[in-house]
Amino acid sequence: MSSELRYTANTQLEHLHARYTGTGHADLTKYDWITHQHRDTLTSIVGHPSLLSYLALADGEAIGRTKFEMTERMLQPCGPPPKKDED
Amino acid sequence: MHLYNLTLQPPTAAAQAIVGNFSGARTQEIIISHGTRLELLRPDVQTGKLSTVIASDVFGSIRSLAAFRLTGSTKDYAIVGSDSGRIIILDYDPKSSSFVKLHQETFGKSGARRIVPGQYLATDPKGRSVMISAVEKAKLVYILNRDAAANLTISSPLEAHKNNAIIHHIVGLDVGFENPLFAALEVDYSESDQDPTGEAFNNAEKMLTYYELDLGLNHVVRKWSESTDPRANLLVQVPGGQVASTDRFDGPSGVLVCCEDHIIYRHMDRRQHRVPIPRRQHPLEDRQRGVIIVTAVMHKMKGAFFFLLQSEDGDLFKVTIDHEEDEVKALKIKYFDTVPVASSLCILKSGFLFVASEFGNHYLYQFQKLGDDDNEPEFSSTSYPGTGMANPTLALPHAHFRPRPLDNLALADETESLDPIIDSKVMNLLPNSDTPQIFTACGRGARSSFRTLRHGLDVEESVSSELPGIPNAVWTTKRREDDEFDTYIILSFVNGTLVLSIGETIEEVQDTGILSSAPTLAVQQIGADALLQVHPQGIRHILADHRVNQWSAPQGKTIVTATTNKRQVVVALSSAELVYFELDLDGQLNEYQDRKAMGSTITALSIAEVPEGRQRTPYLAVGCEDQTVRIVSLDPESTLETISLQALTAPPSTICIADMLDASINKTQPTMFVNIGLQNGVLLRTVLDPINGQLTDTRTRFLGNRPVRLVRVQIQGNPAILALSSRSWLNYTHQNLMHFTPLIFDNLDYAWSFSAELSPEGLIGIAGSVLRIFQIPKLGMKLKQDSIPLSLTPRRFISHPKNRHFYLIEGDHRVLGDEAANKRLQVMMQAGQHVDQEMLDLPPEIFGRPKAAAGNWASAIRIIDPVEGRTVSTITLDNNEAAFSLAFVPFAARNNELHLVVGTAQDTLLSPRSCTSGFLRTYRFTEDGVGLELLHKTETDDVPLAVLGFQGRLVAGVGKALRIYEIGKKKLLRKAENKTFSTAIVSLNTQGSRIIVGDMQESIHFAVYKAPENRLLIFADDTQPRWIAAVTMVDYNTVAASDRFGNIFVNRLDAKVSDQVDDDPTGAGILHEKGILMGAPHKTNMLCHFHVGDLVTSIHKVSLVAGGREVLLYTGIHGTIGILVPFVSKEDVDFISTLEQHMRTEQGSLVGRDHLSWRGYYVPVKAVVDGDLCETYARLPGSKQSAIAGELDRTVGEVLKKLEQLRVTASGF
Repeated sequence: MSSELRYTANTQLEHLHARYTGTGHADLTKYDWITHQHRDTLTSIVGHPSLLSYLALADGEAIGRTKFEMTERMLQPCGPPPKKDED
Repeated sequence: MHLYNLTLQPPTAAAQAIVGNFSGARTQEIIISHGTRLELLRPDVQTGKLSTVIASDVFGSIRSLAAFRLTGSTKDYAIVGSDSGRIIILDYDPKSSSFVKLHQETFGKSGARRIVPGQYLATDPKGRSVMISAVEKAKLVYILNRDAAANLTISSPLEAHKNNAIIHHIVGLDVGFENPLFAALEVDYSESDQDPTGEAFNNAEKMLTYYELDLGLNHVVRKWSESTDPRANLLVQVPGGQVASTDRFDGPSGVLVCCEDHIIYRHMDRRQHRVPIPRRQHPLEDRQRGVIIVTAVMHKMKGAFFFLLQSEDGDLFKVTIDHEEDEVKALKIKYFDTVPVASSLCILKSGFLFVASEFGNHYLYQFQKLGDDDNEPEFSSTSYPGTGMANPTLALPHAHFRPRPLDNLALADETESLDPIIDSKVMNLLPNSDTPQIFTACGRGARSSFRTLRHGLDVEESVSSELPGIPNAVWTTKRREDDEFDTYIILSFVNGTLVLSIGETIEEVQDTGILSSAPTLAVQQIGADALLQVHPQGIRHILADHRVNQWSAPQGKTIVTATTNKRQVVVALSSAELVYFELDLDGQLNEYQDRKAMGSTITALSIAEVPEGRQRTPYLAVGCEDQTVRIVSLDPESTLETISLQALTAPPSTICIADMLDASINKTQPTMFVNIGLQNGVLLRTVLDPINGQLTDTRTRFLGNRPVRLVRVQIQGNPAILALSSRSWLNYTHQNLMHFTPLIFDNLDYAWSFSAELSPEGLIGIAGSVLRIFQIPKLGMKLKQDSIPLSLTPRRFISHPKNRHFYLIEGDHRVLGDEAANKRLQVMMQAGQHVDQEMLDLPPEIFGRPKAAAGNWASAIRIIDPVEGRTVSTITLDNNEAAFSLAFVPFAARNNELHLVVGTAQDTLLSPRSCTSGFLRTYRFTEDGVGLELLHKTETDDVPLAVLGFQGRLVAGVGKALRIYEIGKKKLLRKAENKTFSTAIVSLNTQGSRIIVGDMQESIHFAVYKAPENRLLIFADDTQPRWIAAVTMVDYNTVAASDRFGNIFVNRLDAKVSDQVDDDPTGAGILHEKGILMGAPHKTNMLCHFHVGDLVTSIHKVSLVAGGREVLLYTGIHGTIGILVPFVSKEDVDFISTLEQHMRTEQGSLVGRDHLSWRGYYVPVKAVVDGDLCETYARLPGSKQSAIAGELDRTVGEVLKKLEQLRVTASGF
């Protein structure tokens, strides 16, 4: 692969990542990956009425409350990110 | 195995509801989204009743719905956001009574994804544009307009994306005719994703952002963005804009931001106003817990507007805004009323409030007043410093109100909804029933119910009176053609006839001219004002002036049967001759010169009603003893000539010709059906070709074990047929399609239409010597529901094998149990705190129970007698224990005495699942199962989510462990254990020594118990991870199960493996076999897979019709009841799958979801045909129907017959 081609391929990939949030890549950290997973899952719960009813029913909360708490949790579903190494 | 999926009862949960003038007429209608189905309801303003206009499956998941009206138009459109990656604009076409897809614009992938719009919809109130948004980042704006021909047009999308932003809600602002403005509630996560200290997360701000659509530049700009309360969850549009003629402002514009505990008025560059959400001052309330608004509605009246906001407890608050021009002076909130918690509220201009409940029945309320002048405390932003915003980070002091019974609203109508069905059983327990009933545990909290569902139409009886003898027939008749109501009831006895007149009271009359000394064969109001009576000796034509023209039967012959309509009379003589009479223009009844000999005794006759504007109906159907039905012409050209003949399997007992509309055969004109009832209880329905008189398209149906009797009646202004056998059935047209449903009523011997002032659309029937007058209130309902109230959310129930009682466990999370509540109250009283008894006494079924912190449970065991329909007894659990599973166990060590084992857990937390201790409570039955006596409690280390009787012992799934327990004196004794399950055991089924274990996340495991070595071994599992919701065994090697994502599937174990495992006495073979894919040594094969679209909560293998095939019946959380029918032949499979393929191309989904990918949402659909899609064949236009039928080498009639046959033989529905 010529250096020029690699350059264009990378920018394309970066562009794609910016466009399609949640797409993974080779250098994805474990934290990023699991956070994406959780955000995808939470969206799926909020987006499927029957699943949302099921969870609200189990938890004894109103559907509106369950939906709200699920969306709130998307902000940081897996806690703060790990500290970056000093190097 | 190949299955055919049919929905018997579509989902009834309301995910969302919108109101608008969808038909373009002056009346407002409501569209409800049932998740996978759209229903259009029309409220009757006079009676306050809701009726369904149409309902249609969309074959996709509806996530959002909005009503939309172009500027200056009078018709609303529905905009649908779904999981199809498309925005859909639907138009309701009242002519064809269907939803028409006007626009379908693709913008992304299908599925409920994070960045594909569809979750939220916001429309511009002036009808110029719509915004559709995803949960994260993506927002698209479409401009809507009309073209020269006044058709709706849609632009290409304009992006208003914001990266790394989670969107909580969007709404369209009311800005009059300025550029459309949309508000979004967003949180940016980019900083908190980068900050390991967590500070950025704590400081994350929720932004209220305005997006302006610049119509001139065709471009969306972020106009304004400011932070608001971090716990904001909902935006509500506030009216605004100026009226063009005056300069008056409709309102201040802007939004209400609903937050936890507060409502904030917000608009660009304007002063904020904040009021607290009033709270109930319940002694047991958790004061730390905030209140949020779950749904809101704004209503504009002439020159004024108000909001109704509903909190998660169901309390409605009326919010008003005092404004001068576009400047807000005060924001006010007050308590309005309490109704069930809704997913949507709709206010109709006619003064109704529709509450689409999130669980349970839906309600229509009528406004009595608007809460303007009452003593309810009102909280205004002006009474707080800085209009409530002096310190936005600090909460305002709590405001309180007292909940009370409805004051401003009055209940007008209730729509039954099974949502949610949590568990069910299918059994035939009721006396005098030959088909099984479906018992369901539905609902949530104090509004839960236990419902018995019976297939049939509900009947409302208004009169039931004893007669002097046993009549054999009944008729009602008017006196004159133009009378509105019936005048006489005529009862025929073995030796005479009784005439009753209908007035204020019903009493006998003598001077009617009707012969009372002989039985009657037929009565007819004939001509303009005459009556006709047919009796065995002749015919009496009674004129208006009481003169009687008689026709006597020839010497030595009698009339055996007769049929009449307004202008024609046909009688059959005992000599097997037909005599035909017709009314001439002078009102004289003339006999046709010839009589026709049929050659065989005539048992039944029928002619249709005279078609409008015609002299006569041209066909007569004659049923003869020789098992034939002949169609005879009554046309003047060929009078009494036989046209066609149909052979039968038994002598006909009755015939009925009726013109009824069936859109599957003819969309515009009623079809002439010849219904033939046979001596053996079978009904044949054939179509009479109006041109050539040939009989085609014969369908048969078994009605009961008595000879059939058919009566033509009027139901809601349309012709219908009552078919009487050992059960009574009604054949009627509903929403243009033909239905055939049994009546849930006593057996009738004879029946007729009945129309009087009090009961304009009734029916009259005789059952033995009792005369009964009744109505059918709700057509289209196929399941009649009887319900018993429960006090807490039902969890599971089982049926006692002997005494037929149901044992049900119920429990609610975040609710204090009685014991804990009393303890807490006592502490409060001892501390000298005031305890508000009035609040404690509020009925929980209306006001709910106060919410407690997570980990609190109220739970009980309930014993129900389903036949009597009542609760026999209730046992409340103490110690904050909640019941999760129960089973009957005949302990071998106690002489197989039946015990009830209930799996409970104390202080249970759901996520992560934990408890201080689990228990297995063992109960003995007392007083024949009416009472329970606790023998002992066995502690377990985790929640026992599944228990089951197994070979005279108990097998329990306790967390990850599968254990076998033996009964002991003080405890259950653990005998064997297997702890290798991955998540938690949620279901157990057994046959022989095999145990089928359903794991919460890891699908189904096949385990076996080897008694000699006391080993519990897993020998087979699934290759796919599945979040199991319900499991049932189809046979020894096959299981049908469902998962949480709406799939239903069938797995089968190889018979060879099964034998091999059974032949291994000690299980050593399995123990030393090598595992595959980090699991058991063997894997099951997936045979069938299907995405139902509703979360399936229970599956049963049952036969729904007497002597019918077994099917898999399932119930869904949204109230779906469906069946999976195994196909019997390969030809059927080929035929129906080909039909399904054609239907997929012809009948696109209303939300634009590809059908194949919808039914294969998570796993490609396998070996299951979607019957719901196939049945829409009946609604296709005739040309398409015949094109598809042509491809299949069949006629349209054959295709329809096959579809009906599949439904009827499997379900009887």
